[in-house]
Amino acid sequence: METTSTTTGARAHARAQAAATSPYGPRLPARDATDLPAGVHSDAVLWVETVGPGGYVARRLPCGATVRLTDVDGDACANLLVYSARNPIERLNVADTVKVQWQAYLGPGALLLSDQGRVLMSIVTDTSTRHDALCGVSTLRSNTEKYGAGDVSGAAPNGRDQFAVAVAKFGLTRRDVVPNVNLFKHVRVLEDGELWFDPAPAEAGAFVELRAEQPVYLVVANTPHVLDPRPDYIVTPLGIVAWRGSPTTRADARWSATPEAERAFLNTEDARLEDDE
Amino acid sequence: MTIETIGRTVLDEVVPARAPWAGVVPRGHTLRIVDLGGNQAVDFLVYNDHDPAERYSAPDTIVAQRNIFLVPGSVLLSNEGTSMMTLTASTCARHDTIGGACSKESNTLRYGFHTKHQHACIENFLLAHSWRGMGKRDMTSNVNWFMNVPVDPDGTLGIVDGISAPGLSLDLRAEMDVLVVISNCPQVNNPCNGFDPTPVRIVIEEPPP
Repeated sequence: METTSTTTGARAHARAQAAATSPYGPRLPARDATDLPAGVHSDAVLWVETVGPGGYVARRLPCGATVRLTDVDGDACANLLVYSARNPIERLNVADTVKVQWQAYLGPGALLLSDQGRVLMSIVTDTSTRHDALCGVSTLRSNTEKYGAGDVSGAAPNGRDQFAVAVAKFGLTRRDVVPNVNLFKHVRVLEDGELWFDPAPAEAGAFVELRAEQPVYLVVANTPHVLDPRPDYIVTPLGIVAWRGSPTTRADARWSATPEAERAFLNTEDARLEDDE
Repeated sequence: MTIETIGRTVLDEVVPARAPWAGVVPRGHTLRIVDLGGNQAVDFLVYNDHDPAERYSAPDTIVAQRNIFLVPGSVLLSNEGTSMMTLTASTCARHDTIGGACSKESNTLRYGFHTKHQHACIENFLLAHSWRGMGKRDMTSNVNWFMNVPVDPDGTLGIVDGISAPGLSLDLRAEMDVLVVISNCPQVNNPCNGFDPTPVRIVIEEPPP
């Protein structure tokens, strides 16, 4: 073992660590990934990464890209925020998402709408349908009350601070962290307005594919759902694969699935006219 | 803006139909909102007056009380999980947390492109923010006082006929020094204002001695 008391020793020590492996982190180059979804050609692959418990990732996706989020072991909780990469002041608006679509629950065909009446991402495939658009993420305070700790430097990172750090890498601040959506955890509203969290275990391997309908900054944290009743900080890895493609067109049934969706896609298409050629 | 100081009441004014309003409610003071004409949605945001990055959070609020409706006893929590205001009284049975604010842009999806020119709550919020150096990044999901948004068993939700009436009111006690920003909703395409936006009354009272 080299000593680290000298610069050459420290360098050799640092370089020797690259031989280690982790189940979490990115695959580079992404096109070398072998476990791609059926029909996805390696040349089209943009991003392959596994997010560990409590972690987060933040990534720009080009217009038309599809990202598959997989609940690998059945206990992931994908906390999602989405911003327009053209102009990040345009961002996910959960209230508009549920109100405009007359639907509180996310599922196949659902659109993630921005505050500018446009589609940020659309759910093109969903084998889970167990999601939540109402409950947000944990805070330092809520995780400290529940787990005894919530710092991102500790064993129970809170979602809000992970979001704040993630968006900072796009030049955004804590003020830009808005209400998010959660995939793979199942929340429903009962008749009297009560929130109900489904305690049933999820199916390992369930996945959701979201298509970027404009260039986006996608932020994904993987922290336990705020209504998860278990006293321990339990969350399992989240798989991510993204590949190039085209945004939704009139030929797609989703374009005109509802009058609201059609006008959202028209607004989204219209904004592309502002782009430089 | 008329500010009267009469005994314990430090402010008593009427917010015209369709208009914004903003003001500071010091800790311990009570803000009363009166639905003068009945079924008038009051879109409502709250900020920590000393650090506006801390603001009302719909998700934190509904998770803490395990219910999407605001009723007497409900506490408006911030995005850091801190108590901002408590709904100490309400003669309207419940209020909305999930419907958000109308905007010119979302109106085009909901009602057609011809509604783009109509006034909307986001316009009011952004104007009120501009008075204080705040802006669009300070927007978040808001409360809708006196607005009725049920969620059906299959997840269908919508703004339906209101359950408020002329003279119904609510009281909010500030648990910290808060900046309150209101849009007296101008929406005319759904029943949130009974298709006829009307004024609301705002009263701020000092805490009892």
